[in-house]
Amino acid sequence: MKNYKTMVLSNQEISPGYYRMRILAPDIGTTARPGQFIMFRVQMSMPSMLRRPFGIFRTGFLAPDCVGLPPREYLEILYKVVGQGTGIMSELHAGDRVEVLGPLGKGFDPGNPGEEKILVGGGIGLVPLFMLASELVKTGSVRLLMGGRTRDDILAVTEFERLGVETYVSTDDGSLGEEGLVTQVLVRKLDKYPHASVYACGPMPMLEAVQLICAARNVPLQISLEALMACGVGACLGCVVKGAGHSEQNPRYLCSCKEGPVFRSEQLDWSRLGEEAGYCEGCKI
Amino acid sequence: MTNCQQASDTRGLRPNLAVEIAGIKLKNPVMPASGTFGYGEEYAPFLDLNNLGAIVTKGLSLRPKAGNPTPRIAETTSGMLNAIGLQNVGVDDFIKYKLPFLREINTPTIVNFFGNTLEEYGEVARRLSDIPEVAGVELNISCPNVKQGGIVFGTDPKAAAEVVTLVRRNLDKPLIVKLTPNVTDITVVARAVAEAGADAISCINTLTGMAVDVRTRRPRLANRTGGLSGPAIRPIAVRLVHQVVQAVQIPVIGIGGIARAEDALEFLIVGATAVQVGTANFVDPSAMQTIIDDLEQFCVKEGIGDIHELIGSLKL
Repeated sequence: MKNYKTMVLSNQEISPGYYRMRILAPDIGTTARPGQFIMFRVQMSMPSMLRRPFGIFRTGFLAPDCVGLPPREYLEILYKVVGQGTGIMSELHAGDRVEVLGPLGKGFDPGNPGEEKILVGGGIGLVPLFMLASELVKTGSVRLLMGGRTRDDILAVTEFERLGVETYVSTDDGSLGEEGLVTQVLVRKLDKYPHASVYACGPMPMLEAVQLICAARNVPLQISLEALMACGVGACLGCVVKGAGHSEQNPRYLCSCKEGPVFRSEQLDWSRLGEEAGYCEGCKI
Repeated sequence: MTNCQQASDTRGLRPNLAVEIAGIKLKNPVMPASGTFGYGEEYAPFLDLNNLGAIVTKGLSLRPKAGNPTPRIAETTSGMLNAIGLQNVGVDDFIKYKLPFLREINTPTIVNFFGNTLEEYGEVARRLSDIPEVAGVELNISCPNVKQGGIVFGTDPKAAAEVVTLVRRNLDKPLIVKLTPNVTDITVVARAVAEAGADAISCINTLTGMAVDVRTRRPRLANRTGGLSGPAIRPIAVRLVHQVVQAVQIPVIGIGGIARAEDALEFLIVGATAVQVGTANFVDPSAMQTIIDDLEQFCVKEGIGDIHELIGSLKL
């Protein structure tokens, strides 16, 4: 975990309103675990704008500039332009100076090798699932159920397929893949693979539905939460969620940034998660 | 830093940044604002805590406190609103689990605390009084985000004096009192706490504010209102520190939107003996180190041998 002053390698719109940014990231490339995130400093000149949290999509190596030098590590984030911060980010170019804090938080537990794995991603929520899939395919079969409102919200599916992940796409309007909700696909898949483990990230209503389905079938579930954050390191206590057994008398708040963003479903108090949580669906600010 | 060292070498000495607040010796006048730096350990990966003037902890209460529902934070232009609600581990767990880390750091620990009632203020003070590793305390009578736990005491000069008197009686340590800007005349409260036995004043806490999500038409904070911090409040804070410095004889710690050395210098020049850095820690976790380095560099460039030459040097 470090604060890196680094630079943008590329920043491209990959679907209307969605961008992929590649950043030079010495160390983070090899130390980041699936499910971890970074805090991205949007604006370097003025000290006022808070950092934005982004899940790490993937890490990798670039060929060195010349023979004999070590390969250069990079990381990629995918983000949706939803407000001022991400708007500024979308205008960054290769060579622009940026600052990245990371890798942060607790990532996914890969679970038992050989067991069926089902990943459920809603829109931009698919971001942390890619690194996870790259690790899980080494030890067993992985299926990705990807949902979105329209075809524009379905991202990076071919990259999952290239890993050897079986992918199923559903959209609300039927513009790509099956028409309907991703949770319908999940029910079918769990009928077929009742002993699978599920990993999910996406909007809160989707996560709540996935949780109900998994709880009813006793299927282990890990979810990655998105929350408004100021610090990313457990100091500001802005990103807390209620843990299982929480009450006014016996408060059990968990920091999304430090104890999460990945939680086992039984760690959380689901009865009040959606109603109170400050989820920003890709950072509204 | 390198430039700075070279420059000071040519002059034969580095500027002296050390200051003293109510008997607490600080290597330099820069410390974190309570609530923006956790219990210190959260920021250890990003800067050397030994280089700070002091470490100020998250506000502690007698018992652990849950805090407010979420969303607790909202970004606004040049600042942020927060309504964390003083979530903390409680004074006993702090002493047991958080203080051992701070003990190893060669920087004075200032413990911020509050109470729900007058009695609780007194009891927390008593428990902290015996702890040798606690260099001093900062009494929070100014949190805008909980009904109890601060602002009810901080907005009424009589109540403020009463809580300071009680804490003073129970505490054998330097006592800093943190004031709220959410009053008509801050100098009235400042004089009241100084007369009641405060050794120093820190100001300002956040300004109460509100933001609305125009699409959902809901407040952006679950608590409806929150405390505004960040560069947006700095001119207000400088003005209030200026007023408080003129109203009392005890040292003042300036707080409010400090993100750079120039910001810190404004507060020092109007008369603050030290400063606290808050929201800037979130944007840049090593912000305080940069501020300390740049303060030193400023002194070198301006030919200032001792930071005291700057403190209270405002020309009118």
